This record gives sequence, structure tokens and C-alpha cells, in this order.
Amino acid sequence: MKKSALPDPFAQAREAKGYGTIEDQNDPVTMLLRLKDVRKTAKDTKTFQSGAAPGRIVVPSEVSIRDTRQIPFEVDPPMHGEYRALLEDWFKRPEQPDYRESLEEIITELVDEALQTDSLEVMEQFALKLQSRALTLLLNIPYEESDTWIGWGMHVFRSEESALDGDKAAILYDYIDAQIDKAIEHPGDDLYSVLLDSEIEGRKLTKEEVKGVMILTFAGGRDTVINAVTNSIAYFAEHPESLCRLDNEPEITAHAVEELVRYFSPLTHMGRVVTEDTQVCEHAAKADTRVSLCWASANRDASTFENPNEIVIDRKMNPHVGFGFGIHKCLGATHARQVLRVLLGVLAQKVKSIDILEQKDNIEDWGEFQRKVGYDSIQVKFHGKD
Amino acid sequence: MAKITFITSDNETIVAEASSGSVMELAKDNNVTGIDGDCGGVCSCATCHVHVAAGDFDKVGAPGEIEADMLELEDNYNEHSRLCCQIDISDAIDGVTLHVVN
Ligand code: FES
Repeated sequence: MKKSALPDPFAQAREAKGYGTIEDQNDPVTMLLRLKDVRKTAKDTKTFQSGAAPGRIVVPSEVSIRDTRQIPFEVDPPMHGEYRALLEDWFKRPEQPDYRESLEEIITELVDEALQTDSLEVMEQFALKLQSRALTLLLNIPYEESDTWIGWGMHVFRSEESALDGDKAAILYDYIDAQIDKAIEHPGDDLYSVLLDSEIEGRKLTKEEVKGVMILTFAGGRDTVINAVTNSIAYFAEHPESLCRLDNEPEITAHAVEELVRYFSPLTHMGRVVTEDTQVCEHAAKADTRVSLCWASANRDASTFENPNEIVIDRKMNPHVGFGFGIHKCLGATHARQVLRVLLGVLAQKVKSIDILEQKDNIEDWGEFQRKVGYDSIQVKFHGKD
Repeated sequence: MAKITFITSDNETIVAEASSGSVMELAKDNNVTGIDGDCGGVCSCATCHVHVAAGDFDKVGAPGEIEADMLELEDNYNEHSRLCCQIDISDAIDGVTLHVVN
């Protein structure tokens, strides 16, 4: 198997019964594994709720480490739509040409640096920097702020030992509280200020609501983007022909990005709380239990995707759920897509080949399923075009 | 050359022409409100949902199975629904009218 491959651990369970069960802090989760079940469940926001106790729909559950509700992700209709409408235009800004140009500058600088060095650890020295610097564009704040986030290191929201480290999470929460207070004192044209000035149902957003949006913006787009960027580099290291093809046919870039997101599925799954006794793929789901929508499994469902375990760089029919599905689909998707589109463009233009020198896979443990989602570290060497 | 008429949900009419590409790309090039085309045309985002005018549906044709599976779960789905990134532009669809759903 190639070093860059992400095997599909769900295939057998998906085909045999359609779900898997995992234990999570005495609040078990039924993981839905088939694309159609995942999509149908994501659409049924009445029976499968997001607006449960803050942290409960996340797996592993964060109920014991946070009270702040993440917005709009932990809110159901009709309020969900109100919040989402407030945010939609702002999160579409990455489509604008000047946003794209700024991203291109950020990424070009990183690739040029990478070309100068003999050995580069991609997660920490490339992807984390890229993600942090790009985030300054999304928040519309000075570029220098990214130094603070890079300084937090890879594992700011959780420690190496535990995915649920309350002290670690506090670093982010305290930081956001301080930024909100700063924006109250000196309003500007950054996301904090825009949110503080927004109205919902005829009143201003509260500080707690602004915090809920900001936590989501920070946390939701961190590991996911870092994994997608790192996995892309590992893939191109072993598939220089794809890099060459993107250089010759830049028009397939958007297709390539969707295919990489399908294959990598940077977020494995997301939970919902069942509101009434029901069934999911002929399996009883009791009220007040949890199910999860396993994007990673759905994206390899052979009943929809031909050759699901291969990256087909110009795949045309690609109804993947890598950015989620339904009303809660990823708010940061436009930003993430633009990051990846620009990254592919710059790599195709400047890089001839990449060697993988050393790697340590990051394997998630979901009970009966062990899933590689990316790397703990991966050392590479970039070679430029002459 | 195919001439396509888009009617947005605010009842704005936009007429656009092209000889190749997809209808979603044509809509984006002409800033048709309600056609976002987020996924770039791979049938994964459904932000390019249109209702084909009843009299034009035969010209455009029915969705394939994968597209139909996506559409069935969409709000405002009806028997004339299509994802317009899956409609290729050709002379065969000259003159059709599409109602933008979003
Ligand atoms: S553009 Fe995404 S489904 Fe048509």
C-alpha cells in the first residue's frame, strides 16, 4: 500500500449491516455508514437534532468540558436559519478575487520556503502555518495575529494524551473572550466586530453567541484544513503525474479538490441526538440516544462511487459528503475549497516532485474501526521545476 | 449556440448564450442569483438546483440515478428538478427556460 493511502476501515460493516456501534463516555453512538442513510438522516433535523446539550453531538462528547453552544452548528431550525443567514455572506468572501490573491501570496511564500529546505515536517511547518495565516483572511484581521495561533502548536484544543482536555480548550476560550472585549472597545471591520454589531430577532447578538460562532470558526477549520493540506502533499508525493496533469489542465482543479476531500474526509463523522424512537437502516434508534453521520464511510460507498478507494483526480460524478450535508453543511467550505484550489495551483506550477522521508500515521480509534485520518508527522523534501 | 433563459426566485430574467460547458457555469458567468455552484459541478452541493419549464423538460431530459438521489432530498424538489451542473450545453437545449430554485 502507498504511504499516502487512507484505507477504508468501514467497508465490511457498511456492506454487511450499514452501521457500527461505539462506546463514548457512557453515551454510546450508532455510526451510520451508508451514503444514503447518512444523507437522509442529515436532512431530517426534526428526528435527529443538533441543538442538544452543548458538546453532545460531537464525538467524543465534549459535554463535560464546555457549556458554550457552538453556533450555528448546535442549533436547529428555525433559529438555525436565522444565524446562518447572518453568516452566509461573510463566509462566501473567499470567492472574491482579492481574497484569492491574498491566499495565493500566503501559499506561494510557504511553497517557496519549502523548496529551499532539505527536510520539511509538513503538519507543523507547512499546514499549520498555512491554516493559521489563511484564517486571518477569513476573520479579516492582521496577518501577524497568525503568529499567536502558530505558537499554540499543533494540539491547542486537545493534548497529545487526551482528546478531551479542558485546560487546553481554555486557552482558546480565554483568547476569544479577550478578542471579543477588544473588539467591543475598538470596533473594526473584522468578524468579531461584525458579529457584535449583528442583530437577530430584533436584538444584538450576545457576547456568548459571538463566542459560540468564533469557537466554531477556530475549531471547525483547524484539524480539518491541516489534514487536508498535509494529505494532499503526501498524495502528490506519490502521484507526481497528477501534479503534472494539474499543471497542463488547470481547469480540472475544482474537480480534483472535491475528489481529495471525498477521499480524505478530514472530519470522520458528526453526531446527532435522536428525538423520538425511530429506525436507522432497519436498526432501532431510541429517543435520547446518539447516532453519527459517518462522512468518511459514506464517501467510500461503492453503491455510488466507482473505484471508491482510488483518487480519480478528475472524477466527474462525485456526490460526496466531505463537507457534510443538509442545513448544517460546513460553513467554512468556501474558504476550505479556495485554500485547496490555490494550493493545488501553486504546487502544480512550482513543484516537480516531492519525496516522503519519514512519516507517522495518525490513526483514530473508533472501537471496532481504526481509521487513518492523516499524520502525526510527515517529513518530506520538495523538488522545484528547473 | 444555445440560448438559455434563467428566471431567478426574485423573478429577474437573465438570458445567456454559450456553445459549450455546463449550464451551471453559464449561470455563474452571468451572475445568476441563486446558482452558487459551490462544488464546481461534481453533483455534490446541490447549489445549482433549477426547475426546467414544463414544456422544455423533454429537451433537457431526466436526471441520471446519482443526480436523482441527490435531488429527491432537496427542498422544493419536483418532477422538473435538475442540478444544472449536470446539464451540458448544446444545440439540443437551445431556447429552454430554467427557474432557479434558491
Ligand atoms: S454545482 Fe454542486 S451540485 Fe451542481
